[in-house]
Amino acid sequence: MDQTTLNFIVVGASFALYFGIAFWARAASTSEFYAAGRGVNPIVNGMATAADWMSAASFISMAGLIAFVGYNNSLFLMGWTGGYVLMAMLLAPYLRKFGKFTVPEFVGDRYYSNAARVVAVICLIVISVTYVIGQMRGAGIAFSRFLEIDITAGLFTAGAVVFVYAVLGGMKGITYTQVAQYCVLIIAYTIPAIFISLNLTGNPIPGLGLFSTMAEGQAGAGQHLLVTLDGLLTDLGFREYTATTNPWLMALYTLSLMIGTAGLPHVIIRFFTVPKVADARTSAGWALVFIALLYLTAPAVGAMARLNITTTMWPAGIEGEAVAVDELPDWFETWQVTGLLGVEDKNGDGRIQYYNDANPEMAALAAERGWEGNELVTFNRDILVLANPEIAQLPGWVIALIAAGGIAAALSTAAGLLLAISSAISHDLIKSVFKPDISEKGELLAARISMAVAICVAVYLGLNPPGFAAQVVALAFGLAAATLFPTLMMGIFSKRMNSQGAIAGMLAGLISTCLYLFLFLGWFFIPGTAMLDSSQYLFGIPPTHFGPIGAVFNFAAAFLVSRATAAPPEHIQALVESVRFPRGAAAAVDH
Amino acid sequence: MSDNSDNTAYWKANLRLIGFCLVIWALASFGFAILLRPLISGIAVGGTDLGFWFAQQGSILVFLVLIFFYAFRMNALDKEYGVDEE
Repeated sequence: MDQTTLNFIVVGASFALYFGIAFWARAASTSEFYAAGRGVNPIVNGMATAADWMSAASFISMAGLIAFVGYNNSLFLMGWTGGYVLMAMLLAPYLRKFGKFTVPEFVGDRYYSNAARVVAVICLIVISVTYVIGQMRGAGIAFSRFLEIDITAGLFTAGAVVFVYAVLGGMKGITYTQVAQYCVLIIAYTIPAIFISLNLTGNPIPGLGLFSTMAEGQAGAGQHLLVTLDGLLTDLGFREYTATTNPWLMALYTLSLMIGTAGLPHVIIRFFTVPKVADARTSAGWALVFIALLYLTAPAVGAMARLNITTTMWPAGIEGEAVAVDELPDWFETWQVTGLLGVEDKNGDGRIQYYNDANPEMAALAAERGWEGNELVTFNRDILVLANPEIAQLPGWVIALIAAGGIAAALSTAAGLLLAISSAISHDLIKSVFKPDISEKGELLAARISMAVAICVAVYLGLNPPGFAAQVVALAFGLAAATLFPTLMMGIFSKRMNSQGAIAGMLAGLISTCLYLFLFLGWFFIPGTAMLDSSQYLFGIPPTHFGPIGAVFNFAAAFLVSRATAAPPEHIQALVESVRFPRGAAAAVDH
Repeated sequence: MSDNSDNTAYWKANLRLIGFCLVIWALASFGFAILLRPLISGIAVGGTDLGFWFAQQGSILVFLVLIFFYAFRMNALDKEYGVDEE
């Protein structure tokens, strides 16, 4: 059986599983559609949150993201996990106690204002839609890469699969499919990593292998893996793996991702599904346990794959000859076909020299040895995860599992985002603003229709991505950090905060962040409309790092405006008081 | 719900606990992993320095412990002040 057939079988089996779950977990009420009936066990919710959170980018690209830069990109590891500490202490338990269905609903009730609610809906939609484009795109790419169908067909398939379980089951269906998707993706990620770690270091746990010594029979046996890698990379003219660049910017970007993570609505609403306030706290911990299983493995996968590929290119070390074109391993050939790896024998010596030709210090060595530039011309970072089973010489079903895992990662995140979008439309716009007298049944139907429309829009945007695919994730995190996070936090921690202050704060965060992004990346990201370039960054801060500064604008504007206007009414202060104390959360379930 | 002075004390205890956890949170990530890395560079871990380990693994492990510690302490506080869910 060839690999593609095997991939089809494994991916098809995973879909059958998701559909089975969807049928079993049909939503019968709005409470089930929006919050899975608030009956989800905190550990199960933690697992679903992990799948909700870890996207195709975490699964396929993160190891490469770290491996190609080294120490500096550890900021993604810290940024995308540290937010859960903020979530567990500053938001999740109180919002669960509040006991409603959506993030804008809290904003609207707490700030006793439909205007505030609508501003929150706008922020939520901008954040989630920009985020979902990347996910749909990721799902399409995963389909096309593994199943060898074109990206358009891949996107339609992804849309159709999500349609079945999200429209049928809402949050309930999504929760239990996410649990299944988590299992698929973590198994797919860990198996090849364990074999590679065993092979290189003799340690079966990749996270420990990263800090172990090289096994017998490997290059640099007895020496630490990281020392070996640093040595190889500096010899080839690349930056040392463990080197630091600008610590202040790194800290700022980390903070931006942390606050952004805590402010992402599709993650926050997952904590509405657990039965109790105490469960919301522990559930955040469980979510991080399941995320950490992948995040502690990813840097090891990245470093080991980079080491493996480098030694493949230089089988006799850098002093010896580079690898001959006809001696490249089979997996190298396979991935060359996909365009993720590419070689070009520039000096015509029948060998492939891989080094950093942009480093001027390499020029002398290159001239002496007759190299005419780096000959590993394409080296896509995604290859570090995708080619792992082949590098470790694992059987075909493991490769098929990676396919199912990549697709599961993309689908689970897309479904979570789509639910956040559709519930904001059906619950916050239709039910509250346009048609408050809608019946329970009518709202459930509206929720399903909103979900169907949101999926169609997401597929459309995936097919015709606006020309800013790379910037959108930065936008989503920056906006979540600058708009929703501060507003939610002040709603809980400050009784004095009133509607005028909250609206002013959200607008200040939204406008300052968008302005900073647009000035440097182009108005609405249209190429050529950027008015400033990177040499003019304010204090050298790139637009991707702006989240915490937008949050400061939000806090400052909210503080000043609220102090200049009247305190919120008595019953709102009582509401704030009530979300701070867990007692009575069960009563809030049935409303 | 018990009387107001008790509620205020409960909330203050929560704020103190959050403050304490956030200090550790910042120290493990922005501190040891990034800004204070040069200070602890003398401590070798698995072929590199302690700061690198914090950046790639240590901080995540600290976050994990912090969340469970916070949840555990808060559950105890809920009971102590009689505001827990029945």
